[in-house]
Amino acid sequence: MIPELGHLALIFALILATAQAAMPLAGSLTGHRPWMTMARPLAYGQFVFVAIAFVALVEAFLTSDFSVLYVAQNSNSLLPGIYKVSAVWGGHEGSLLLWALMMAGWGAAVAAFSRNLPLPVVARVISVMGMVAIGFLLFMLLTSNPFERLFPVPPEGRDLNPLLQDFGLAIHPPMLYMGYVGFSVAFAFAIAALIGGKLDAAWARWSRPWTTVAWVFLTIGIALGSWWAYYELGWGGWWFWDPVENASLMPWLVGTALIHSLAVTEKRAAFKSWTVLLAISAFSLSLLGTFLVRSGVLTSVHAFATDPERGLFILIFLCIVIGGSLALYAWRAPEVSEGGRFDLLSRESALLLNNLLFVAFTVLVLFGTLAPLIYEAFNLGKISVGFPWFNKMFLALAPFLALLLGIGPATRWKSDQPWRLTKLLWLAFALSIGVLVLTSMSAVSGDDLWVPIGIALAAWLLFSHLTIVRDRLKHKQQGWRQAMVADFSGNGRSFYGMVVAHLGVAMFIVGVTMVSNHQIEKDLRMSPGDSHEMAGYRFEFLGAQKVNGPNYRADQGHFLVYRGERQIAELFPEKRSYLGGGMPMTEAAIDAGFFRDVYVSLGEAVGGGDWALRLYYKPYVRWIWLGAALMALGGAIAVSDRRYRTARARSTAPAGAVGAKA
Amino acid sequence: MSKSVRFLIPLIIFGALVILLVIGLGKDPSKVPSPLIGKHVPVFSLPELTDPSRSVSNEDLKGQISLVNVWASWCGSCRQEHQALMALSKETDFQVVGLNWKDAAQDALAVLRMTGNPYAMVGYDPDNKVGLHWGVYGAPETFVVDQAGIIRYKHIGPIDRKVWEETLQPLVAQLKAEGA
Repeated sequence: MIPELGHLALIFALILATAQAAMPLAGSLTGHRPWMTMARPLAYGQFVFVAIAFVALVEAFLTSDFSVLYVAQNSNSLLPGIYKVSAVWGGHEGSLLLWALMMAGWGAAVAAFSRNLPLPVVARVISVMGMVAIGFLLFMLLTSNPFERLFPVPPEGRDLNPLLQDFGLAIHPPMLYMGYVGFSVAFAFAIAALIGGKLDAAWARWSRPWTTVAWVFLTIGIALGSWWAYYELGWGGWWFWDPVENASLMPWLVGTALIHSLAVTEKRAAFKSWTVLLAISAFSLSLLGTFLVRSGVLTSVHAFATDPERGLFILIFLCIVIGGSLALYAWRAPEVSEGGRFDLLSRESALLLNNLLFVAFTVLVLFGTLAPLIYEAFNLGKISVGFPWFNKMFLALAPFLALLLGIGPATRWKSDQPWRLTKLLWLAFALSIGVLVLTSMSAVSGDDLWVPIGIALAAWLLFSHLTIVRDRLKHKQQGWRQAMVADFSGNGRSFYGMVVAHLGVAMFIVGVTMVSNHQIEKDLRMSPGDSHEMAGYRFEFLGAQKVNGPNYRADQGHFLVYRGERQIAELFPEKRSYLGGGMPMTEAAIDAGFFRDVYVSLGEAVGGGDWALRLYYKPYVRWIWLGAALMALGGAIAVSDRRYRTARARSTAPAGAVGAKA
Repeated sequence: MSKSVRFLIPLIIFGALVILLVIGLGKDPSKVPSPLIGKHVPVFSLPELTDPSRSVSNEDLKGQISLVNVWASWCGSCRQEHQALMALSKETDFQVVGLNWKDAAQDALAVLRMTGNPYAMVGYDPDNKVGLHWGVYGAPETFVVDQAGIIRYKHIGPIDRKVWEETLQPLVAQLKAEGA
């Protein structure tokens, strides 16, 4: 009964979404106010019904209702409670429902936090979001109904893919989808502006906080995915350039370009049509990612059950959404004035270069991801792209981006003088050269040039940003600490957010550099009682025993790790066989630290109590995710800037007054 | 006019992308009809990964059914299918032959030491010399080669229980019947 209610709620949501797409837009074009005011209630209504459907599916999982096909395929009565909930988005149908829930949630949020915007703008934005929601709801109802019944009812479910039975992965998809779907807001603002024909600084100011919030979620989502791959795949890698990873990276890259370009459009009214194009692209790439993952066009570790019918649906949907918006762009963008002239040396130029580098990298990733398809379409033959190719491309672009990142924030809007910049940054530059020389002479570098380059680039970012902060505070009368606190609680949040995010980049660079060049891994065969010394740590293997989990059986190894004479960790890596069947899973055991991880992963039993196993020493590996966390934190700080807070404060003014202004 | 044409460029690029995707959609990637299907395996000779003094060549693929599995240590999906290959290596109707592709020998050897070696022999192809002739464009890929050394099927992506039971096993059984 409850699954049928869920299904019905989805149908109602679709009806409301259709009204939401049509009425407010028609109202805004004809100037019919009552239709425009329908935007908000319709957005709330759609959210409520999708939420009802979602709760219905969660309920089916919690009660292990195997009469629902999707539950029978993705759950099991032995599954621990938390994974019964996360199993809701463990498969295709449920993850679509989660996507729809978030889409409706963002729509409702726009409705709630846009009281200070002109009514026609709100009406158009919510209307565009309604159109996108129609696509997803239709997709679900026509090809991927999560509430489909199964008869006869099986006594037991097939179990959730063991790879997904993990806390990190339980929260990774929601974060990622929040990011993907969040870009729909920036997209909707862009389309609304194109429809209205008014692309101005106000438009950029409205969409900026939304875009940044979406970007923060996407950053966290990608970092969680990478962290999960690191500890769960038992291989110590943190990024594999898998098509699905690339599908999440591309919107992130364009989204990063977008938040920078929005700054130019807001502050200087320049790059207007370019920014709109980025906003369209960021969301289009999110959709394209979905298509690539769900259609089975590319094979991947992550691929869901593939189905050409679904692929065709998404492709048509893509054509309508992306093709339609790009056609609208081609029609309206030529009328946009390219205001705000700027000199060759200026903040605008620096951000333009930033945008070009990010877009170039996106194009390369897109090309690499689609290379097999291109090959297939043209029978070109000799194209093969793999992990090493992507790494090469990344290494070719990243250093320039890092160099630029140290200069960009120091430049002035509109026009800057070379000598002013030189005077400001020479010390930071000299210090980084010092770091470069020191690291290339010391043992840290080994024989690889990349280590000193990476460390020096990170140092460059640190020094240049310290310089920039000092420069900002130098005219303040108080001591630097009070000045900074005052600035932070005043108008400086977006500035400090930027600094924090950029320092996150520096941290990320250190992590990537150190772990790529200095990690140590050893494959060993150990007997109980054996010890092995590696990177100054001694690993003692005490043996392995059988243990039983709630829904798996495992061999569990027992290790003591010593540094000198002191025991610093006790590790229990496992090799699990899930009762639901499938491949055995490796659960690596990790002793995490700020400067290094030590990592033990169990291989095969080789007889007589001996095990093949793998030991890793991973210097600075945490800095990769801490760097990403700092970037996300920076974004969050920027969004809390006073400008946006005052915008909210104004929104508490009587609705009538706001309406009158519009 | 020229100014408005500029704004059409994104739409045109997207159109090209859609054509590509339509073509891609029409073909199941795991059943791409490789141009090599029905043809003899390309002539090749590679050093054997675990014992460089030996070699692996097209001659080694004659006389019995072979699954030629393209893999690399950097490839996530290869690890996923590794257990399945380990199970397959115990069967006697065919041999599993590895093609270690765009990889470093020490990394590849580490994988085999760590997770077991399912391969009767592994050709070491760090520079994609042989992979190019086989039309390899990603890892993992698996070619089914019959007793006469003719490529009969190419599977793209990891082998799991479903792929094995529904596609590869019937094919191997059929080839065995043909050969007998």
